[in-house]
Amino acid sequence: MTQEAFISTSADHDSAPDIATQGLSLAYGNVSVIEELELRLPGGQVTAIVGPNGCGKSTLLSGMSRLLKPRAGTVLLDGADIQRLPSRQLAKRLALLPQQPHAPEALTVAELVRFGRHPHQSWLRQWSPEDKRGVDEALELTGLTTLAERPVDALSGGQRQRAWIAMAIAQQTSTLLLDEPTSALDLGHQVEVYELIRSLTTTGKTIVMVIHDLIGACRYADHLIAMHQGRILAEGPPHETVTTDLVRRLYGVDCTLMTDPATGAPLLTNVRRTRDALDGSAT
Amino acid sequence: MRVLTHCLSFGKPRSLIGLWLGLTGLLTAIALLSLLYGAGDVGPARAWQALQNLGTAASYDSEARFVTAELRAPRLWIGLVVGAALGIAGALLQAVTRNPLAEPGLLGVSAGAAFAVTLAILWGADAATLRVSVAQLGALGGCLCVLAAARLQGIGNDPVRLILAGAILSGLLHSLSSLILLYDQYTADEIRFWVVGSLAGRQLDDLVPLFPSLAVAALLTVILARPLAALALGEHVAIGLGHHPRIVRLLVIVVVALLVGGATAAAGPIAFVGLVVPFAARALAGPDIRRTLWLCLPLGPIVVVSADIVSRLVVPPSELPLGVLTALIGAPVLIGVVRGRRLPTL
Repeated sequence: MTQEAFISTSADHDSAPDIATQGLSLAYGNVSVIEELELRLPGGQVTAIVGPNGCGKSTLLSGMSRLLKPRAGTVLLDGADIQRLPSRQLAKRLALLPQQPHAPEALTVAELVRFGRHPHQSWLRQWSPEDKRGVDEALELTGLTTLAERPVDALSGGQRQRAWIAMAIAQQTSTLLLDEPTSALDLGHQVEVYELIRSLTTTGKTIVMVIHDLIGACRYADHLIAMHQGRILAEGPPHETVTTDLVRRLYGVDCTLMTDPATGAPLLTNVRRTRDALDGSAT
Repeated sequence: MRVLTHCLSFGKPRSLIGLWLGLTGLLTAIALLSLLYGAGDVGPARAWQALQNLGTAASYDSEARFVTAELRAPRLWIGLVVGAALGIAGALLQAVTRNPLAEPGLLGVSAGAAFAVTLAILWGADAATLRVSVAQLGALGGCLCVLAAARLQGIGNDPVRLILAGAILSGLLHSLSSLILLYDQYTADEIRFWVVGSLAGRQLDDLVPLFPSLAVAALLTVILARPLAALALGEHVAIGLGHHPRIVRLLVIVVVALLVGGATAAAGPIAFVGLVVPFAARALAGPDIRRTLWLCLPLGPIVVVSADIVSRLVVPPSELPLGVLTALIGAPVLIGVVRGRRLPTL
């Protein structure tokens, strides 16, 4: 499949919700990380937020998922302020997978995925056929049906991450936020997770992921957001957005940019430190 | 016992209902034993006779009847309530701190309750109802103190250091309580046996003031079980699932205070039950707090009532205080858990 093919399949879902920020400022205590950010993420597509360590990309994701209350401004999910939505309503529309989540010992895959049904349940109505359908679907989409009764901590890294994504899928939200879903995985497991994420756009989901791996972002995302020091340096489809200049400003490295003959995605080769990176011109 | 053997033949070892029925059967047997055996000279045969004649108006063995119905039955009931309360409180506290060592006795919750009661008696209170609410307030204070300490940088993530903070608080409160007892003879006489933890000499009336707060605690536990189970996946995951971790944690701490304060008011501070019981429940039913809580309900009374039986039999005709015995059982378990290759993560 080519990059263009990805885009055309996901562009069919015009009704998919989009996320926007208006004058969003985020801070940890007194340390301001993001100030007055205006951003609009396309619905029904995979957006990757990339940038160097400490650029505020995970903070931005925390703000979008209400883990972090904005100091100012709003995050709009399909036009609705997420701070004003009741938690459970938000959890029915937006699922979140934090960085390297940890499952309790001996918890099975099926038990983990069932947690995804929590926003749809109350303690009066604890389990319904609809919940069972949601869980079965999530297991099937992630290819975990046969592993359902295995403990999560006995799985491989890729399978484990798929199980967590299955939990988020069982939430049946239209939006999915993923914080570094592949950062602790080896190459094979990374591809396993990326391909799962790609396949989810065919169900009409809007997916936003924070990732370190720029090459993976170019390969698997429809939309790229490059952040540096809390600001957005560039955004758009990867093949239009990624330039050698952008890479230098983001990471302080020089590279040769090619187009992947198989996928059409931008490809970084010959990556090396920029000579003058040390005296701060990278900013 | 028939229920027990029936359930042991079940194919699925983790079938919750089977386990629960089996444990409840075991508890019934232990409860019966606790009526039959005791430190006094009423042996099992006489006690059995008295039990069978309990319904009839005339009894030819009034001594046996008195011992079983008036002495042993009340402490059985209190043992059941205290055991269930401490087992559940331990499971909740461990879930909310995500620390398998968190135990009301070790974290200073029981010591807080005991200290508050000691103070209240020193200042002239002795009504049972007052004692319950005072103990619950003390438990809440102890709980908040040690969790505030745990919030300090670094301690929160290390199970053993949280226990250290709890041990320091417990030690401090125990010595303050002892200090008061040394200086005030009346208070000392009033609570000397109570403060080591015991079911002896309790009456059914002591239980009545507990019921309102225990009912509240039970209701809250039912409501909190689901969000608490989600909290075991991590705070951010729980928020992502639409829960409110802060509110949940606060309410759980209130429930723990109600349960531990109530149990402490009835039986004195009893350590390690809240450690051993959830530990066994998790081993039987897996990590989900909802299953653990169900199993704590029969397991807690099983531990407390059996310990109470043993405490009557080891040094007859005297009795070993229950708190001493549970510490003797619990301390090796604690050491075993800490020495384990890795702590089970919650």
